[in-house]
Amino acid sequence: MKRLISVLLENEPGSLSRVVGLFSQRGYNIDSLSVAPTEDKTLSRLTLTTVGDDHKIEQITKQLNKLIDVVKVIDLSEGVHIERELMLLKVKASGAARAEIKRCVDIFRGQIVDVGPTTYVVQIMGESTKLDAFIEALGDAAILEVVRTGVCGLLRGEKSLKI
Amino acid sequence: MELLSGGEILIRALSDAKVKHLWGYPGGAALHIYDAIFRQDKLDHILMRHEQAAVHAADAYARVTGEVGAALVTSGPGATNAITGIATAYMDSIPLVVISAQVPQEKIGEDAFQEIDMIGVSRPTVKHSYMVKRPEDIAETIAKAFYIASTGRPGPVVVDVPKDVTDPNNKVAYKFPEKVKLRSYQPTTRGHSGQIKRAVNLLMSAKRPIIYSGGGVVLGNASEQLRALARRLNYPVTNTLMGLGAFPGTDRQFVGMLGMHGTFEANTAMHHADVILAVGARFDDRVTNAVDRFCPSAKIIHIDVDPSSIAKTVRVDIPIVGPCDVVLSDMLDQIQQADLQTDEPAIGEWWQQIDEWRSRHGIYTQSRYEPSEGDNIKPQDVIKTLYKVTKGEALVSSDVGQHQMFAAQYYLFDKPRQWINSGGLGTMGFGLPAAMGAQMAYPDANVVCVTGEGSIQMCIQELAACTQHQLPVKIIILNNQALGMVKQWQDMQYGSRYSHVLYEDSLPDFVKLAEAYGHVGMKVTHYDQLESSMEECFALKDRVVIMDISVDQHEHVYPMHVAPGSMRDMWLSKTERT
Repeated sequence: MKRLISVLLENEPGSLSRVVGLFSQRGYNIDSLSVAPTEDKTLSRLTLTTVGDDHKIEQITKQLNKLIDVVKVIDLSEGVHIERELMLLKVKASGAARAEIKRCVDIFRGQIVDVGPTTYVVQIMGESTKLDAFIEALGDAAILEVVRTGVCGLLRGEKSLKI
Repeated sequence: MELLSGGEILIRALSDAKVKHLWGYPGGAALHIYDAIFRQDKLDHILMRHEQAAVHAADAYARVTGEVGAALVTSGPGATNAITGIATAYMDSIPLVVISAQVPQEKIGEDAFQEIDMIGVSRPTVKHSYMVKRPEDIAETIAKAFYIASTGRPGPVVVDVPKDVTDPNNKVAYKFPEKVKLRSYQPTTRGHSGQIKRAVNLLMSAKRPIIYSGGGVVLGNASEQLRALARRLNYPVTNTLMGLGAFPGTDRQFVGMLGMHGTFEANTAMHHADVILAVGARFDDRVTNAVDRFCPSAKIIHIDVDPSSIAKTVRVDIPIVGPCDVVLSDMLDQIQQADLQTDEPAIGEWWQQIDEWRSRHGIYTQSRYEPSEGDNIKPQDVIKTLYKVTKGEALVSSDVGQHQMFAAQYYLFDKPRQWINSGGLGTMGFGLPAAMGAQMAYPDANVVCVTGEGSIQMCIQELAACTQHQLPVKIIILNNQALGMVKQWQDMQYGSRYSHVLYEDSLPDFVKLAEAYGHVGMKVTHYDQLESSMEECFALKDRVVIMDISVDQHEHVYPMHVAPGSMRDMWLSKTERT
């Protein structure tokens, strides 16, 4: 089962490598990872998606908590939460395809952020499944390049991950 | 305020962190630090012959004293040599601070001479690590390192110090912080009272209970509390390899070590138990055998200071996160205050059953191997003789292999911190430097390294450091002219195809070797000589003695778990299994 885990960690050199190292060292997978400093510059917030049963996720959370640089860990998928991912795509766009792609982008509520003579750069934001669906809708033939930020997320309501 | 250079601050901070002995080896990037060592007399530096041994010795010093061990190595190869030592300490949760020198900061990343990314290389083997970037930060970093190493579940901390940070010409104010606080690290100090209550209720209702205690009881200084609780309950106790001594080896309630080479009675009692109280133990694969067949009818209470140890391999019914000593004494308090009683008739029957197991296949009720005779000395008898000669009071270190298991089985440790071995990582080469660390802590004690002719050759260079620092350890080599444990597996699973476990007459003359280092060497080839030679060995109080004892090459360690299987599935001898 896919899980979304958020980690608040000390914004120290090497702290990210401890988290990433933990996953490879203990044989856990990271499907996506996003990390950046928070409003408090001494802290970074890292969001990762991984796959595992309850037992595995419990171990992952415990092992993450054991890292000295980790301040807090939360499994967002345990509660109601919002998740978002941003994707940029460079696609072939010439002739009739230009209008077709424009329509498809509109349907997915994306934007065309760069226009070249034969290409578009498209920006799509949403849950990962929506991004996957857009890629499928467009088809491999049209896509020149894809870059995704990885998922980030927050719990709904008043509960928050803070120190 | 006093102005000091980074090198001076480092050494001063180590002293202020109560380090008495610093085990190390110098080198280019560590020169400023070594100069600071030269110009002070508070801290005793012990020059070893290899960085791995320096870390092992510091580690063993921590194991026998309960203090934090400290080692100092140079950059590059010094740092990488230290890794085996650090990993050994990590796997056994030993409080240790290792200072590694680093190339100057402006050179980092340039593949400079003797540069290695020590933070990166050591990362999976440390509890935490720091790189110090300014002399102003050294004292605080050292204080943090000692705090992290010694609290919660202990472990090694690496502090990497670039050469420019210890520059003698850059002097800054020195102050050692009185207290350390980390917002991201707060070890648990008490167990959850509701969980403890549930655990006590379950424990009192048990009909076939067993207490399974591990290295955490030794490290957490909870041996007294464990003994008090076990005696109040009259329940059987088994210790893991790392936990030996936490409960006295000679006590009637002690059923021996459990696990792969545990006793028949301990493993069988575990298998049939209805309640297991696991304390400071981690259900290691060398204990459980196949996890899905582990103790099928048991409800498990698990006390551990590290939440990630709980339910890692085996599901538990009542987890309690907290220090073993505090949780055990809380449990005992509850039992005594409410004057709770165990199910005495059931416990009586349980003991009858255990005693029957003991007499049927126990290794302590009668000898389960052929007796030693003439020039065929049994390794088990060497340990029994050692036990007798040292009156069971020696500090015993071991290396890894058959000799380690024989020592664990036949030397009955009555005290915690008396048995020093690499249980988790299983590091050959640990024994000799570990004995040196123990001897440094207790100069008047009998310190013995039980080893094999294979293991001893992995850190044998430290014989020289024993001379230099007057560490009169006694080295007992169970010489079977083979890598015994590997050979045993080749006998059992590979049709006795002895792939690279025999030395083909290449073994050194250990007597001459001892003498070359200025020590005493003894060779024992007949059982008749064994005890008297050993008496002679221990009478030489101030000398390092190597006893090269020829033992039966074909002896195996039994019992041995049949894998995959349950706790009770064991080979009891070469031909007999449960």
